[in-house]
Amino acid sequence: MTPLLSVNGVTKRYGAHIGCADVSFELYPGEVMGVVGESGSGKSTLLNCMAGHLTPDAGQVIFDTRTDGPRDTLTMSEPERRMLGRTDWAFVHQHARDGLRMGVSAGGNVGERLMAVGERHYGDIRGKATDWLERVEIASNRVDDRPTTFSGGMQQRLQIARNLVTGPRLVFMDEPTGGLDVSVQARLLDLLRGLVRDMGLSAIIVTHDLAVVRLLADRLMVMKNGHVVEAGLTDQVLDDPQHAYSQLLVSSVLQV
Amino acid sequence: MTDQAYNFAYLDEQTKRMIRRAILKGLAIPGYQVPFASREMPMPYGWGTGGVQVSAAILTPDDTFKVIDQGADDTTNAVSIRSFFERTAGVATTTATSAASVIQTRHRIPEEPLTEDQILVYQVPIPEPLRFLEPRESETRKMHSLEEYGLMHVKLYEDISRHGHIATSYAYPVKVEERYVMDPSPIPKFDNPKLGDMAAIQLFGAGREQRIYALPPYTQVVSLDFEDHPFEATKADQVCGLCGATDSYLDEVIVDDAGGRLFCCSDTDYCTARRAQGHQGPAFLDSEAVA
Ligand SMILES: [Zn+2]
Repeated sequence: MTPLLSVNGVTKRYGAHIGCADVSFELYPGEVMGVVGESGSGKSTLLNCMAGHLTPDAGQVIFDTRTDGPRDTLTMSEPERRMLGRTDWAFVHQHARDGLRMGVSAGGNVGERLMAVGERHYGDIRGKATDWLERVEIASNRVDDRPTTFSGGMQQRLQIARNLVTGPRLVFMDEPTGGLDVSVQARLLDLLRGLVRDMGLSAIIVTHDLAVVRLLADRLMVMKNGHVVEAGLTDQVLDDPQHAYSQLLVSSVLQV
Repeated sequence: MTDQAYNFAYLDEQTKRMIRRAILKGLAIPGYQVPFASREMPMPYGWGTGGVQVSAAILTPDDTFKVIDQGADDTTNAVSIRSFFERTAGVATTTATSAASVIQTRHRIPEEPLTEDQILVYQVPIPEPLRFLEPRESETRKMHSLEEYGLMHVKLYEDISRHGHIATSYAYPVKVEERYVMDPSPIPKFDNPKLGDMAAIQLFGAGREQRIYALPPYTQVVSLDFEDHPFEATKADQVCGLCGATDSYLDEVIVDDAGGRLFCCSDTDYCTARRAQGHQGPAFLDSEAVA
């Protein structure tokens, strides 16, 4: 099987400081990869390099495109990369307001990606938006309300709906449960797990929260100081961490 | 008599050349916003300084100049711009659409079809149609260059979701030659169909925002819409009380202390010309109150 994404030797430096160094892995269709580490470990730098928000100094990010097969997204033209960004790729930000248009109704937020790819039937767009609100457990009568009137958890669910409405083949998530109350986190995780299962989503989830990867990720990479120090099946890494740093990470979460 | 303290049409020749270059570039790329170094004009922003600079750059001594403000030639704004060019360029001025070679306008396109011998100059407050939803200039520039115009339909979507129909009635966005999305300035959407395939050159000047854009003659201009909410060039469902016109854009005006109302042509030259030809509207049948 062709990997959906092949990351080869991705390196990003900030002057003398290393953002991430020589990261390589493959993601297969329907797989969820978790990337864990403390803040400053390079996991967010890696995510932004893969998603095209940052330009790495070295490496390849090869995506299996629908039309042309595997292509290095780093050498694509900007229009091609942006097109990918609003069709086959999706990006869920930690802070919902970074990923939503706060001045636009919930329906408009979900409908934007549909309109961006050329849908021009208001009724259809609204219908799909309403369906998606229900799928993320937002009452359909909130379709015309702005996200500013939503709770933090609802905003995050709206951001997820907005990202998934075009059926992306790869979803990047940056601390999707960060900044939410614990009870709200649990509900969001449940929802994400359902969506991942039902849609067969392929995703890369960056988080410092091991509970998130335990629930969602098939495989795990542990990062420290820009390097991947351990990688493997999620249960394996969490239950029997080999690297001293992974052991520290796992033990510290168990104490919480 | 030209005021000797100024160069012809106030601006110096070098500035005019710079503006003409921007205009030519705009004509070469219809609908594309060309940056230009806007000059201080002896009138406040919001008084059409962008349009005034464009007019200053294109006027010649042989031109006949007309200024309309919301369709009327006699508002303070129109009178002051007209007298500015009478004073600084010594050009002939007129209120008759057909007699003008250059028409500077705010908020309207004349009812009478324009010809290849005419230039229509629009005063533009906000040239960027995407600004409503995307305030970052760097991002909107990228959206134009990559033809990422989904956001424009988000604006129309929001309109329908809030009002049940596309309620945008002014500055209704258009797509030019299937390429650039353009703000036609705050003309009523009733005027949008006149933008396309027009014989005259159309120039748009935004002073504060330092942008010029243009539509060469006979350019394709399409108003954005949805399949199930098609664009409509609406106007008040009335006839002009003064001249009886059924096809012109109407303003509703209060005509007496008792709150009496009258619909009449917003294009005062059009209305005046029709009345001179003997057309009469229902207001004359109802009362003699309206002069
Ligand atoms: Zn009339």
